[in-house]
Amino acid sequence: MERIPILKMGPFLLVTIQVDLYDRLALNLENDLINMVSKTGARGVLIDISAVNIVDSFMGRILGNIASMSRIMDAETVVVGMQPAVAITLVELGLTLQGVHTALNVEKGMELLYDKTDILTEQAEEDNDGETDDHDD
Amino acid sequence: MNPTAQLLKKKKKAILENWMQNQLADESLREDLISNDDLRRQSEELLNGLLSAIEKGNFDDIYANEFEQVTDILSDISVTRARQGFTPCETTLYVLSLKIALTDVLEKERRDQPELLYKEVLQINRLLDSLSILTFETYLRGREEVILRQTDEINEISTPVIRVWDGILALPIIGTLDSSRTQVVMENLLQEIVNTGSSIAILDISGVPAVDSLVAQHLIKTVSATRLMGAECIISGIRAEIAQTIVHLGIDLSNVKTKATLASALLLAFNMLALEVKPKKTTVNTNRIIK
Repeated sequence: MERIPILKMGPFLLVTIQVDLYDRLALNLENDLINMVSKTGARGVLIDISAVNIVDSFMGRILGNIASMSRIMDAETVVVGMQPAVAITLVELGLTLQGVHTALNVEKGMELLYDKTDILTEQAEEDNDGETDDHDD
Repeated sequence: MNPTAQLLKKKKKAILENWMQNQLADESLREDLISNDDLRRQSEELLNGLLSAIEKGNFDDIYANEFEQVTDILSDISVTRARQGFTPCETTLYVLSLKIALTDVLEKERRDQPELLYKEVLQINRLLDSLSILTFETYLRGREEVILRQTDEINEISTPVIRVWDGILALPIIGTLDSSRTQVVMENLLQEIVNTGSSIAILDISGVPAVDSLVAQHLIKTVSATRLMGAECIISGIRAEIAQTIVHLGIDLSNVKTKATLASALLLAFNMLALEVKPKKTTVNTNRIIK
């Protein structure tokens, strides 16, 4: 069965949707992704849909679902690279994807994820702690 | 050859004179739009066409082949008149005055045959009525074409997306927002966001005369679509009366960033991009002046 690959990039999961999603594929993606989040303890999920030209209300709902589920498991969701036509369709369908962060491209999406999850500050703090420990010693 | 047509053909000169006189005597004659010579040439051409069209006795069906020339001439005349700025009244009167000229001549010639005269006048009436309806229709079509062309032009020039800074787009909206225009505005804006990779779009509505719930709906849609694309949308140029209407209509804009002027929206955009605008150090300037 066709599956959409989910890549692990440090604390984040990266999904690039290269084909038009049909219902079964979208459902599988939702399943796989949530399982991956729980298995890896990822802090963020980045979904690139720049190659998706057609969406329907189902696909919009799946995106919303993924975001809500990840949120419960303490992972932020960023959808990047939405095409203008897709954005217009979703708005016309009344799906504004509340709770989903969006960004123009993968680069900006990554920045946003780092921003939202405070991983950099946490790391910095850890480093600082380490430094002060060294000083103490 | 139809006897009526034959008679009219014989009297063509008298009819033309009569018709021209009618037209020249009429108050609505527009010498400023068309010269008398042109008018005469036009009228003669039309009369010739009409007389040869009715030769076979067809007074009813103006869509028949023999009338093709007449309808062509008439459509041509009314479309040009629509563009030249004739009123619909003047354009229709042009054809209707031909009717008077024709019936006048018939009346003189058939004085001793009232029954035949009645029948012929009826026929002429019917024919010219259909022709004047046709004239009016083509006149309207001519006008509508002008209006459509202008609408297209307005649509094309009215939605410029301006790049005010690296990563900041501005879209001044001038004129009323309706569904079709919003669609164009939205598509242009979203496409431009993709093309330039801008993360902030400023929607300036100081040129929108009134905001009702529909327009607000359109604005919110545009903002949501921009957000879906991963960019932020700021609405600026909200005048006092527009703020009043929005609140009175109970429209919720709390999810949308709004600013009173384009300047403050731009400032907000700079802040969001962590940019800073500050005055040049004055010492540098004075140094330059002294040098």
